[in-house]
Amino acid sequence: MRLLGLKTFRHGVHPPESKDETSGLAIRQFPFAPLLIVPLVQHMGAPSLPVVEEGQEVQRGQRIARADGFMSVSMHAPASGLIRRIALAPSISGRMVPAVYLEPFAGDTQEVEEGTPCPLDSATPDEIIAAIQDAGVVGLGGAAFPTHVKLKIPEGKFVDTLIINGIECEPFLTTDHRVMLEQSKDIFVGIRYLLKVTGAKKVIIAIEANKPDAAELLGKEFPSDLDGSVEVLQVKYPQGAEKMLFSALLGREVPSRGLPLDIHALCCNVATAAQIGHLLPLGQGIHERVITVTGPAVKRKGNYRIPIGTPLRFLLDEVGVQDDVNRVFLGGPMMGAAASSLDISITKGTSGVTAFTDSAAERTHSQVYPCIRCGYCVDACPIFLNPSSLGRLAATEQFSTMAEEYNLMDCFECGSCSFVCPSHIPLVQQFRAAKVQVRKAGAA
Amino acid sequence: MAQAGKTLEIRTSPHVLSGNSVDTIMFNVVLALLPIAAFAVFAFGLAGLLTLSMAVVSCVLTEHVICRAAGKPSTVGDWSVTITGLLYGLTLPPSLPLWMVAVGGVIGVALGKALFGGLGYNTFNPALVGRAVLQAAFPVAMTSWIPGFGAGRFSSLPLSTLTLPLTTPEYDALTSATPLALWKFSREATDTSDLAMGFISGSAGETSAVLILLGGIYLIARNMMNWRIPVSIFATVAAFSGALYLVDPTRYASPVFMLLSGGLMLGAMFMATDMVGSPMTSRGCYLYGALIGLVTVVIRTWGGLPEGVMYAILLGNALTPHLDRWTRPRVYGARGKEAAT
Repeated sequence: MRLLGLKTFRHGVHPPESKDETSGLAIRQFPFAPLLIVPLVQHMGAPSLPVVEEGQEVQRGQRIARADGFMSVSMHAPASGLIRRIALAPSISGRMVPAVYLEPFAGDTQEVEEGTPCPLDSATPDEIIAAIQDAGVVGLGGAAFPTHVKLKIPEGKFVDTLIINGIECEPFLTTDHRVMLEQSKDIFVGIRYLLKVTGAKKVIIAIEANKPDAAELLGKEFPSDLDGSVEVLQVKYPQGAEKMLFSALLGREVPSRGLPLDIHALCCNVATAAQIGHLLPLGQGIHERVITVTGPAVKRKGNYRIPIGTPLRFLLDEVGVQDDVNRVFLGGPMMGAAASSLDISITKGTSGVTAFTDSAAERTHSQVYPCIRCGYCVDACPIFLNPSSLGRLAATEQFSTMAEEYNLMDCFECGSCSFVCPSHIPLVQQFRAAKVQVRKAGAA
Repeated sequence: MAQAGKTLEIRTSPHVLSGNSVDTIMFNVVLALLPIAAFAVFAFGLAGLLTLSMAVVSCVLTEHVICRAAGKPSTVGDWSVTITGLLYGLTLPPSLPLWMVAVGGVIGVALGKALFGGLGYNTFNPALVGRAVLQAAFPVAMTSWIPGFGAGRFSSLPLSTLTLPLTTPEYDALTSATPLALWKFSREATDTSDLAMGFISGSAGETSAVLILLGGIYLIARNMMNWRIPVSIFATVAAFSGALYLVDPTRYASPVFMLLSGGLMLGAMFMATDMVGSPMTSRGCYLYGALIGLVTVVIRTWGGLPEGVMYAILLGNALTPHLDRWTRPRVYGARGKEAAT
């Protein structure tokens, strides 16, 4: 659908973008922490299985863990160094997960290991899928879903359109923006791999109107032999959710509890495409990623290429934070998760680190009022749920009614309802908890 | 950062909020009502001032006392009961005995709001509940009007204002009929510009259409009022009464008169739009407005009372939960009928 000339979806919200401080800063290489902790669970699916031993020396980019089945990916050493131990480490979820503790060699040139290239021209789709799994590629937009899994098109299904998601609607984050500006070549190579695997004929690169330089650059460099275009979309949250992209760009809706495949479309984050385009020709794996480190509490804000496994504490020490910092999030402020500990590591799914001070937190300290049925949430929900009614049902623990009559399970937790709620009701959190209960009841 | 003793707050996303707040919204509604209240005081002098003050004080005190009696923190700080008080006061005849004003205020807030569970749970507009009780209990006092802009309105009070509790008020010879009553009972039309500017008799707040519209537009511009509701009410009243007027202009009032007279402006802008009692879906708001407009014209035209806005809105309030259910939008990705259930 179109409004004011630019495509968009219906409903949604307009949080302050807060991107100006970092969108102009070029990507910089981040130093190695004295100890890198690489969790073996960085993706949705089965934990990877370590293929190295304690005390072993590894080279940067060397595979240190292999996929455990199809719903899993490989892991690679973020630095040349010594495997100190393989043990549990804290994760963002609060659970302890298995991890590889790696001590980088000081003074090492940190050359990345050469691998077996996966040539674009001669590789078959199945070989490309295997190469993507071997490269440890997961969705870098934040969900960290193994990319090769969604590229495996089941028999009888087909994809006609590939959407490359450069929306980055999450406030504060500018990683995709910088990747588009600095890695356009990689992006187009990645697109060619993705088109070959999926059999899609057409590609659309979706960019929000607040990144005109990226749209212009990619439009200019768009290869003439590719069928597709760069589409500039209206700035609105959560435009970057793939469901919103499909309805805005294709006028198609993913069926409830269905997959994008059901509407012959596939969406891939632009940074993921860039990684594929960069890694596959070299036969390498993901060992670092671009992350925006920002927020009112951060002193040297920027876009950094950070080794996977960098501990949050080291990262914040390097960029410097205000003394009154009191909240740190992995990701942006709309969907990011609060870090409960600074001992967790940067993983493949971390698109940003945002830190807030006490004063900046003021607005979320406000008093909670009863729901006044103002309907702001109803006008905000991008999938047309009624968060107000859902909230009232959640308060009385009517979880099955929420799921059966109010489409609770369709909520993808964008947080638009909580954002607009003048009563400051933690709606999306109530829905997360309710979904857990519904799943439990379903499993029982 | 790394130093000991630092604590991190863990909250769930989203970590930024729009900054909107219930008390901000309610306070802005109070602001939008103030010019209307000021005009009422200007038009009706001391009587207007006392009526409004008594209405606000009785409502606010009732909520405060009930909260405290229940052992809960007072909720008067969210400003919602101040709105109730102002709206309630603005719907009353300015010469209403003050003890009656107090009785209606207490009943409106206690019965119409607190008993239902307080803010957010009050199915019916508490201001209108209070007024409806008075209408039933004191029909004569509730339909005795003094003309506005009387000389000496700032130095003297109508006889009725200070009537002792539980006694029947006496009225000066000065009481006059409202434009709606004039039309209903003697087919006498009132000048349109007088209606718009408020140079008529009536309840304290129903007299200035212009100020009411301005207040509403202020709130709509700040996204604190759902424009669909007043627009739907006005459109329905205009269309329905316009059709009747075309059939027989001598029997039916003109649509302009219908729109500008009585409590329609205040009711449509400030009472029907009370967030708690109105639907949340867009289509629900249109239907709700149409229903209120329709019932208002029906009561005014064929009912026994000259005015019907109050009952129309209360009826709309009652139907709101159903309207929300009937007009639920199709959820993204829902297949066919699945969406409706």
